[in-house]
Amino acid sequence: MEDAIILKYGISPDDFTRAGEASSDVKSKLKQMGVSPEAVRKVAIAMYEGEINMVIHAKGGEITVQITPDRIIMELADVGPGIPDVELAMKAGYSTAPDEIRSLGFGAGMGLPNMKKYTDEMKIDTTVGVGTTITMVVKL
Amino acid sequence: MTVRELMDDGRFRVVSPGENEDRKVDTVFCCDLLSVAMGRAPSGCAWVTVMGNMNTLAVASLTDAACVILAEGAVLDETARKKAGEQGITVLATEEPIFETALEIYKRL
Repeated sequence: MEDAIILKYGISPDDFTRAGEASSDVKSKLKQMGVSPEAVRKVAIAMYEGEINMVIHAKGGEITVQITPDRIIMELADVGPGIPDVELAMKAGYSTAPDEIRSLGFGAGMGLPNMKKYTDEMKIDTTVGVGTTITMVVKL
Repeated sequence: MTVRELMDDGRFRVVSPGENEDRKVDTVFCCDLLSVAMGRAPSGCAWVTVMGNMNTLAVASLTDAACVILAEGAVLDETARKKAGEQGITVLATEEPIFETALEIYKRL
């Protein structure tokens, strides 16, 4: 993947005022590169949901975005609590988000389902007590 | 209808003028739960909501909404208003309820 562009972002935990900055940055970079609006929207939504999850559930982490001529690969790695039951977590409406997150309008259990809906491939590697790495691909 | 036409309508208070006045408003979308709006708000929509925080703006920007309309007298907090300015997002406000607001816009699409 010689012609891949790689972007890296550190995600701070518990900082809701900054959540979304990485996704916004990727969005504007993709727009500048002339990526189709539909693909930009898919990447922005999927990555934002992931970013929010890292802020809510994990102690932050790192997002790496690889942009190649035919696909965009997002890797979201955190050192959070891990997901004990991935199948349950993928169910629309299931959420373990605390009340203060719900009062902000989040925590409806739509994050992971939205990420799956807006990407062409999604893989979850998770170990309880160690962390979670989610890899998502949007084809161009 | 464009964002500029909505702003000039007189029906709404302009909270943040934004930078895409010529953007066409394609449809109207109503939702207060950001988790749902994230997955459902169509690109180019006028998004009518009572949720006026930082995250509303992030969702509007990432879903590529044409503008945000705060109904029921909902307000943007100061940090969010600043963010709207920085990001060039148009935010309008009204005392009217969500349904009436959305219906009026829909009639004139």
